[in-house]
Amino acid sequence: MNQILGYALSFALLALCAAMLCTLVRLLIGPTAQDRVLALDTLYVNAMLLVLTAGIRYGTALYFDVALLIALFGFVGSTALAKFLLRGEVIEP
Amino acid sequence: MNLEDVPLWAALPASALVVLGSLIALVGSVGLLRLREFMTRFHAPALGTTLGTVCILAASMLVFSAAGGRPIVHEVLIYVFLTMTAPVTAMLLFRAAHYRKRERAPEDPLEHAADVAEKLPRHEPQEAPPRR
Repeated sequence: MNQILGYALSFALLALCAAMLCTLVRLLIGPTAQDRVLALDTLYVNAMLLVLTAGIRYGTALYFDVALLIALFGFVGSTALAKFLLRGEVIEP
Repeated sequence: MNLEDVPLWAALPASALVVLGSLIALVGSVGLLRLREFMTRFHAPALGTTLGTVCILAASMLVFSAAGGRPIVHEVLIYVFLTMTAPVTAMLLFRAAHYRKRERAPEDPLEHAADVAEKLPRHEPQEAPPRR
């Protein structure tokens, strides 16, 4: 009876993979640099969701730490790239 | 933890939340791919960042709490972190986009107006209806 959770998790993994593919296409074709940065940010969030879903699927709490780290570094990376686009330099003296 | 250990009262809402969250994230990413302009494209992925993440985190909390027999709430950490950082990234990126767009604006405003007018849908003048 509990197979429904397995099916739902497999479906969610597939949907998140499709979402990451859409984001990847935007990352590759994005006409401007800010499009690519936005796509990279979305890619990070989707990857975090994918890792969380895989964590539920395999029943380990290890994946949670990975998701937390992805969220953290995604924020740092997107902010650094946006700052670079804005000012031409990430860390200003 | 095995997926069979999860009781049914937790498995059903967790399944619904996981499917809903992933579909919302998919809708946000498709919006990012299909919308036309950057300023409209900008808002689509926020759907996955907020609602999609909340749904999947709630499902994760539900499953791990039900399987472990004790409340496990450390997923709230991700939620708090994402809620605090997403607006910062959005604002910085939007400012960067605005700045770059203004940088690239043409020198001559009249030429720019001609460019804009060329892109507008052509309006064919119709014949005036006969006057009675």
